Amino acid sequence: MSKDNFLDATLQIINVGLESFASDLKAFGTEVIHVDWRPPAKGDPYLNTILKAVESRGEVIDAANKVAIERMLAAHPVFVDVGSALETIPGFTPKTILHAGPPVTWENMCGPMQGAIIGALMHEGRATDEAQAREAAASGEYTFAPCHHYDAVGPMTGVISASMPVIVVEDKNTGRRVYSNFNGEGKGKKALSFGAFGPDVEEIQVWLRDVFAPFLKQVVYALGGIDLKAIMARALQMGDEVHNRHVAATSLLVREIFTAMSMVKVQPNDLVRIGKFLYYNDFVFLNFSMAACKLMTLAAHDVPNSTLLTAISRNGVETGIRVSGLGDRWFTAPAPQIKGLYFPGFTADDANPDIGDSAITETAGVGGFALAAGIGLVKMVGGTAVDAIAYTKEMGEITLARSPMFLIPVLEFEGTPTGVDIRRTVETGISPVINTGIAHRKAGIGMVGAGITRVPMECFAKALSAFADRPARG
Amino acid sequence: MLTKYAVKPQSYQDSVQLMAISSHLMTVPGIELAAAVMGTESNRATLEQGGFVLDGSVKAGPEDIIIALQGRNEAAFAEALQAFDKMVQPRTVISGDGLPKQGPRSMRSALKYLPGANLAVISVPGPYVTGEAFKALYAGLNVMIFSDNVSLEDEVALKRIAEQKDLFVMGPDCGTAIINSTPLCFANVIKRGPIGIVGASGTGIQQTTVLIDRLGSGVSHAIGTGGRDLSDAVEGITMLMGIDALEKDENTKVILLVSKPPGANTYTKVLSRALKSIKPVVVAFLGGHAQEVAEEGVYSAANLEEAAAKSVALATGKDPRSVHFAFSREGLDELVDRELKLLGPEQLYVRGLYSGGTLADEATEILKPMLGEVNSNVLSQPGTINALRSNGHAIIDLGDDEFTKGRPHPMIDPSYRVERLLQESQDATVAVILCDVVLGYGSHPNPAGAVANAVRSFKGNSHRYVAVVASVCGTEGDPQTLSNQEDVLRQAGIVVLPSNACAAEFAGKLAAACCERRIT
Repeated sequence: MSKDNFLDATLQIINVGLESFASDLKAFGTEVIHVDWRPPAKGDPYLNTILKAVESRGEVIDAANKVAIERMLAAHPVFVDVGSALETIPGFTPKTILHAGPPVTWENMCGPMQGAIIGALMHEGRATDEAQAREAAASGEYTFAPCHHYDAVGPMTGVISASMPVIVVEDKNTGRRVYSNFNGEGKGKKALSFGAFGPDVEEIQVWLRDVFAPFLKQVVYALGGIDLKAIMARALQMGDEVHNRHVAATSLLVREIFTAMSMVKVQPNDLVRIGKFLYYNDFVFLNFSMAACKLMTLAAHDVPNSTLLTAISRNGVETGIRVSGLGDRWFTAPAPQIKGLYFPGFTADDANPDIGDSAITETAGVGGFALAAGIGLVKMVGGTAVDAIAYTKEMGEITLARSPMFLIPVLEFEGTPTGVDIRRTVETGISPVINTGIAHRKAGIGMVGAGITRVPMECFAKALSAFADRPARG
Repeated sequence: MLTKYAVKPQSYQDSVQLMAISSHLMTVPGIELAAAVMGTESNRATLEQGGFVLDGSVKAGPEDIIIALQGRNEAAFAEALQAFDKMVQPRTVISGDGLPKQGPRSMRSALKYLPGANLAVISVPGPYVTGEAFKALYAGLNVMIFSDNVSLEDEVALKRIAEQKDLFVMGPDCGTAIINSTPLCFANVIKRGPIGIVGASGTGIQQTTVLIDRLGSGVSHAIGTGGRDLSDAVEGITMLMGIDALEKDENTKVILLVSKPPGANTYTKVLSRALKSIKPVVVAFLGGHAQEVAEEGVYSAANLEEAAAKSVALATGKDPRSVHFAFSREGLDELVDRELKLLGPEQLYVRGLYSGGTLADEATEILKPMLGEVNSNVLSQPGTINALRSNGHAIIDLGDDEFTKGRPHPMIDPSYRVERLLQESQDATVAVILCDVVLGYGSHPNPAGAVANAVRSFKGNSHRYVAVVASVCGTEGDPQTLSNQEDVLRQAGIVVLPSNACAAEFAGKLAAACCERRIT
């Protein structure tokens, strides 16, 4: 827009401040939009200094963000393979154990994460009981690392050990690969992902490794890949938001699996259990959704000068985020408690703080950002359908784009708000909403509820400060 | 502790809804534990895990809802079951109207709603202005900054970046602009015409555009620069860009510059740019003097009325050098005589109560040569006067910071001026009260009414006559309508003159006559 155009053009005005200026302009017949402005960063003086410093580089950042968000939207995740973590994930060693969230040492891990690692060590044959497992875990012999450091994601504790099977999701365009484990265990006492261990847990882990994973590998080979983006797009129009509701997506996946049945070899008794497992576990698709979202956000990572959010992840103690232009650094804050509903017999006192890599779905513009697609989930916080729509609209305030693929029927098929710009988060004080499960804070009990939480603003404040090459606090 | 199970056959609720229901049932007095689930195998297991023992008597399939309760007595159970029924009853369908209306929360978000935006009008508190303005500039928007309290440093930084991008930053402290006939912030509805204005002051632009309109001509654009643009720190970046733009603009035939006197370097820059202009330029540096180089098409004007008159003369092919006033002063002396007769011998002084800063400034400049000392709080008259209580001849800008802390500007809220009108009327030495009434968008819906009511009230209460003179800065097109507002003033016995310069001159003549009469 040059100044010559300015004098020639019909004015279209953004009004920031006194609302009467906007109403006067409207009365005059000028096209105007009024911004519901509030002091940036709730008036925090230090953050305003940071914002101002970052805004002075606005143009470079805008250009970088454009590149990053285009990459995120262009990524096309396809489920292509199944294999053991050791053989499939580059850099994985027999003593590597991955976990959810930003880095955390064994001593500092929350109860359920320690429980899952105990289960994993027993599964790997490194321990025969809890005491042995604890000793091994504390020995320093094992490499504990975030899944994200290996281009992987896992729900809740996110624990992945060498012999566990993982799914491989590949970008149709670039061939880049990411990984996730299997959601094998439902939500109960037997869920390793929720920190359970013991014979029941081990039985399921063995079955997943020896029966289900090989079966799924045959299926995906027979089909030549399963297009996850297509399934997610359809599921969003069927009441899922693909973080905490997967009824439709799992059903769509099962349909795909069914088309391959004539091409796979499977024992009848195994097939019975596979059938039951797929029928009873609505969350089968969660790990696929997460891997797909990891692929999309990873595609947008490492664009210099970009303020695009590329990971939200929680280890049950801390929530951490990553930003495209800030490399592999994590910006962390204490993990929040989740506002939600509990299964019979449990209360908020039983809840572990927010945990899991699954907020990668929000990072990619689904989950809590697509609550208007999964309206039913808003009941978890006592909300109404209108509230669900409001959550999605609110996320539009901090995102760079609307997904051209993930559409929300109730919003006239508007795309889901995609790609959080950390500048906007700090500026508006609107933090990403996460729609998530709640784990019991003790190892071995499992899922106790589900609810909605927000990423702590402190993560964004730290990241933006780093972006401005300033300390986190003045 | 009792346990109760109920089954709602052939009914379906989403699991999340059922969790919500369960937690609601727990709030029923006397209920210790409650769970409502679809009767699937896995949900039965969940209930068992939660402490319920489902024996064979609870007959429910996956399509039925099981309500499991633990509580004190049957009454509590009954209440809980009632609560359940209430929660599952069908609700009214949400209509589009029920959706919350949310405006965008940030400039960036607004751009998504209005992708063709070409101007941001910013009126947020000073410390936040620069950040918002940067965002607008980087998004390719021109910027008008109404707010003040922006550092000079930031102003220069913003204007330099805007200059590189060929974008305008009007302001900070830019109260008025008219772009392509659109009145922005405090601006009047002005006919379109051949005169393009670049002005450093809001009411300066308002008064000149209004007078141009009244003279039958019109305005192409009025670009505001903000009050500090012509300081040597900013070097007139916006004014120079404005001259460039108006020179190129096909609809502009004459360029009018309105400002307080610029810094020395900036004066030279602006004047030499004006001399290079292919279009004639009228320069009104109020309180100072601009060199007139008529042969190069640069004309100087001493006040806003003269500036308007010269611009219109140039636009209509007349010689501007022969024009000094837009309106005839004929009859002014008779009017002075008429008012003089009504005033007592102790009544000597003029008191100006202004809502427009530049209008106050103009009045002071006009009165000084006529009356000698004029106490004024306007910026071109630095002095330590007590603006709260006037003394001698005084011109008070009620829009000055001193008066607007914690109170709306007098153009929006006339209440302090009303108070002050009454106060001045009680001063036995006051001969004439001088006022401006500023119309247009942004201003009070009936500013003349407030002045008229105050004048009526003191005229009714006092046996002493006090002359009141006002000019209305407005047009017939303004929301308040010029002729209506003038009538309102006249009906209260106020002398209404067509320009602020004219009204100031009248007040000056009257006060001078009072003083002279006393001496002789």
